[in-house]
Amino acid sequence: MKIASSIALALGALLAIAAPSLAHAQTDCLACHGDMSLQDASGHSVGVEAHTFAASLHGSLQCTACHTTIKEYPHPDKVTPVACQNCHADQASGLTGSVHAKASEHPCISCHGNAHAIFPKDDPRSAVYPLNIPRTCGFCHSDAALAKKYGLVNVYSLYMDSIHGFALSKEGLLVAANCQSCHGSHHILSHKNPLSPTYKANIPKTCGGCHAGIAAAYAFGVHGKAVAAGNLKAPVCTDCHTAHAIVQPTEAAFRMQSTPICGSCHQDKLSTYRDTFHSQLGGLGGYVQTARCWDCHGAHEILPASDPRSPVNQANLVKTCGRCHQGANLSFVQYQPHANAHDRKLNPALYFVRLFMNLLLIGTLTFFVIHTILWLIRSRYNQIKTRSADGGKNG
Amino acid sequence: MADLEQAAAESWEHEEKQMRHFLRFTRAQRLLHATLFTTFLGLAATGLPMRFSESVWARGLARGVGGFGAILFFHKLCAVVLTLAFLIHVKDIFTRSLIHGEKGIFWGANSMVANWKDVKDLFGHFRWFLGLGPKPQFDRYSYWEKFDYWAVFWGMVVIGFSGYAMWFAPFFAHILPGWALNAVLVIHSEEGLLAILFIFSIHFVNTHLRPDSFPMDMVIFTGLESEEEFKTRRPKEYQRLLAEGKLEARLAEAPGIWQLNFSRAVGFTAVAIGLLLLVLTLSAYF
Repeated sequence: MKIASSIALALGALLAIAAPSLAHAQTDCLACHGDMSLQDASGHSVGVEAHTFAASLHGSLQCTACHTTIKEYPHPDKVTPVACQNCHADQASGLTGSVHAKASEHPCISCHGNAHAIFPKDDPRSAVYPLNIPRTCGFCHSDAALAKKYGLVNVYSLYMDSIHGFALSKEGLLVAANCQSCHGSHHILSHKNPLSPTYKANIPKTCGGCHAGIAAAYAFGVHGKAVAAGNLKAPVCTDCHTAHAIVQPTEAAFRMQSTPICGSCHQDKLSTYRDTFHSQLGGLGGYVQTARCWDCHGAHEILPASDPRSPVNQANLVKTCGRCHQGANLSFVQYQPHANAHDRKLNPALYFVRLFMNLLLIGTLTFFVIHTILWLIRSRYNQIKTRSADGGKNG
Repeated sequence: MADLEQAAAESWEHEEKQMRHFLRFTRAQRLLHATLFTTFLGLAATGLPMRFSESVWARGLARGVGGFGAILFFHKLCAVVLTLAFLIHVKDIFTRSLIHGEKGIFWGANSMVANWKDVKDLFGHFRWFLGLGPKPQFDRYSYWEKFDYWAVFWGMVVIGFSGYAMWFAPFFAHILPGWALNAVLVIHSEEGLLAILFIFSIHFVNTHLRPDSFPMDMVIFTGLESEEEFKTRRPKEYQRLLAEGKLEARLAEAPGIWQLNFSRAVGFTAVAIGLLLLVLTLSAYF
């Protein structure tokens, strides 16, 4: 198909060179349409910026190459819309079945911009140049009303503030992931469609397109293996990093959000982690130096504790804990980062320590609350009894 | 007591000035209490957000003291100051008793050590609460004051030890078994919570807010109390000193107006902070 369209293009160009009489037709059209203020009956601009068009990808084509129904001058008031698919059959067939399939809502120009100013995608003037893509997609996808209508998250602002968006917009990094890198271009499918690159099972491959090293580490870990085996409850890249609001994982914001994400599946581990100093201090707003799940378990290549390669394997604990706790020894790593003081069988010593402390607390306070209340009542009674009604110092 | 209470409100301050005043707490003792309550408030204000880090107010409080990094720093700073004060106090007791041979530190009417009279006073006090007997005649330190003292003493050892065990966990791991590293946090937070709840409710009411002292007992700030207060609060000590002819030796100038005002400002601020922290603590439960 690509070859066919290339041939069509080449033929068009050839015609333009070979038939100078036809070439005059462009200037003929521009005699009227070169006037930028020209409007059709319904008020739409029908002017063409001659210089821009000449420099554009289609600049060598005759007007009638696209406006095929116009044969003579004067042409009828109403003309048939241009059918891009006549040449671009490949892209047109890609659109079929995609989320943007409805041509009336998504004509080619909604992404490619002004039809008379189309440039190659590696030209910074192109609407689909990597650095321009977020703005192009964002034209619709930053619209709150539209997002609401289709039940979408307002992804544009999330993306622009993300590490990808930052790299792209602030640093002009062409390899930074833009919308198209993950979603594709013409054949964009819903993330619910198993063929979509954003379908859960396909995410590791999609992200791995750039992050090859991490994708390999992930495939090696328990989560990667589970997803590969078809268990879609296991997390993929986006479950932890999110899809659009990706931040630097060392940032406080990510360290704050990551723990509850792990905890959404590992609930028992989260609740016991919550009882530890790691969590208590860490919960106060991203204190970077307290351990979160992945500081001990690893992030991508997570392995069960029974695996000798796991950082939480008994044999590796001194090294793992020692990364933060200098001087950690074998006794130190007996500390249980997920101890449960409520579980008498699992942590008997801790259970009884907690029980004793609770009884001490409740006992002491109960005794003294009774003592103080009785005292207050008696003192007040004495005051009222032994003193005139308008009171003395403490009336 | 009745005499004191019959003093009319408007002339009370005037009469107070006319009265003889006695020294109850030395400057060193008042300084110890001031160090204790300032660092304790600091420890509570920085410790509670860590204990209840899931609460809404915890993060705000953490930000208030300069963020999550600063909160641990201030907690440790207060802890070190309080530990030093505690060690100086312990050293003082030992030099006074063992080296200078001072009598009455470990036993007798002036001692902080509990005795049989304290047990009788406790039951007697309960009988008086219920109208079943006369009010006990307290000596220099009543049983609840001794309890406050020993509660702090015990708390210092328990909270201090568990705190340092967490701070220097790899070092303490050489002497403690592994599970103890888990236990120290439970001990630290439960005992800290007990101290906070006790001081900000029981101690505040017993010492300052109950009708006989309301709104604040100034003696711990000025070190001074009037003869009436002395006589009604600690009749046993007053009578004893009178009988031994040692009462005059304790005579002192009445507290200056600046001294009272300064004490009030400090005292009320401390009580207000304490009560606020108490409300926040309770809000985490209810």
